[in-house]
Amino acid sequence: MTDAATVEAAIADAHRREWARVLAATVRVSRDLDLAEECVQDAYASALRTWPGAGVPDNPAAWLTVTARRRAIDAIRHDAALRTRLPLLVEPAGETDQAAPGEPAADPAQEQAAASLSAVLPDERLRLIFICCHPALAQEAQVALTLRLVCGVAVPDIARAFLVSEPTMAARITRAKKKISVARIPYRLPRAAELDDRLAAALAVIHLLFTAGHTAPSGASLVRRDLVDQALHLTRMLRELMPGSADVRGLQALLLVTDARRATRTDADGRLLRLSEQDRSKWDAGALAAAHEEIVGCLRAGPPGRYVLQAAIASLYAEAPSYDHTDWAQIVALYDRLLEVWPSPVVALNRTVPLAMVAGPQAALAEVERLNADGRLSGYQYLHAIRADLLSRLGRAAEAADAYRQALALAANEAERAFLVGQLGGLPAF
Amino acid sequence: MAQYAILIYAHDSAHALDATAEDTETCDQHSDELAASGSMITAYALTPRDMATSVRADAITDGPFLDSKEVVAGFYVVEAPDLDAALAIARLNPVVRDGGGVEVRPVHSSYTRPEEQATA
Repeated sequence: MTDAATVEAAIADAHRREWARVLAATVRVSRDLDLAEECVQDAYASALRTWPGAGVPDNPAAWLTVTARRRAIDAIRHDAALRTRLPLLVEPAGETDQAAPGEPAADPAQEQAAASLSAVLPDERLRLIFICCHPALAQEAQVALTLRLVCGVAVPDIARAFLVSEPTMAARITRAKKKISVARIPYRLPRAAELDDRLAAALAVIHLLFTAGHTAPSGASLVRRDLVDQALHLTRMLRELMPGSADVRGLQALLLVTDARRATRTDADGRLLRLSEQDRSKWDAGALAAAHEEIVGCLRAGPPGRYVLQAAIASLYAEAPSYDHTDWAQIVALYDRLLEVWPSPVVALNRTVPLAMVAGPQAALAEVERLNADGRLSGYQYLHAIRADLLSRLGRAAEAADAYRQALALAANEAERAFLVGQLGGLPAF
Repeated sequence: MAQYAILIYAHDSAHALDATAEDTETCDQHSDELAASGSMITAYALTPRDMATSVRADAITDGPFLDSKEVVAGFYVVEAPDLDAALAIARLNPVVRDGGGVEVRPVHSSYTRPEEQATA
């Protein structure tokens, strides 16, 4: 007998670490995402029943994979409806997956060997990530599918994280799976010619998860920790699967730097703190150092991509001994390079913050007004908040108040709203 | 293998009734390449938007059904093993580099009138 707490901890651990591996290996047999999901869920439930008596197996992932795959084979054999379902297009991966649906199961020892072998073949998880993040699916569906299939997050939890009803989230996931099957989105690695675009889509999903968790778009708490953790988990997974990709390294560095400042973003009452007010001694120095090393490595490796440059900017902010000693000119220079690889109006807006420190608030305001006139960011709360701050620094309090009100009208996060209300209240009388 | 319809969205069709070979050269060349590759099953080039007539329950109107910058300029059906392969074929369409784009839709079913029913 193994005590219940040990078993539960082992299962929770296997769920966090191995879900994607087990599911990816099961999809290969089930050739159906829904069926694979059910079978993997069953395998974890079965572990809960069996492990307390039999003990935690040496290789939990292999045990779970064998169990889930066996269930899939049984289900297909006994259910004619499953056999006629439109199969997922699974590209053969080699000799490790001999167990095709309908074939008699191999002998258990051989099966176990195959399962543990496929458990060490990393590309199965990569296929899973790439099918979830396929550009033919809407990004909100990519995000939901990734959380469900790659991270094993339950649908009600995904719905809660994105503040939609459970039926809405379930329908979103079902629709995406249906498109995968009807439009025949294949379960395979992207070809070399597609890889850049496909990887960009996967990284965008992870970045969005992180951002959604880091600054929850609405609701009471500024950080929704579980989404941040899943984003970090996915980045580590991708890093392990694609060690040579500078973009993956860059994203990892960016998330590390941003997350290292987590503890100081709000005060004890949940009030939002500005960078200049944050206690730098509470930043995670280890994470910042690790990120710095990554960034230097990436910058040496070749022309930096979007995430590396974003990470370098965030890292420069973090490295300064104090807010006043920040190397603003260097940050503006990095923003200029970022605009070259990623000409987004949001980047141009963010550049105005260090620009104000280098060239003064008047020059920065001119740039913000230019972006405001462009119209694409008129619904973006941060444009109005930055504009308000610059106007206030220039002594134009009445206009600053108007801009703060515009930002408030667009802000949904309570901590950010409270911050803006405070700024508005702090303006001198006009 | 599966069939995918590729709908061409352009500002307008190059295939006016008085179009010269030069006007339709890029389209025709692409069509020839697809035909030669064996992936294309059927193709239709449509006349320009001015020739379109739309029908709704309450009215018949001049012009395309949707009032939009682009119209369906033509469509073709290709055979491909999966969506990625179909998308790879679709993105070769010259319209993609010419301000327009294509929409790829899996075909559910199709019908062609049998030869013997054709009237003279």
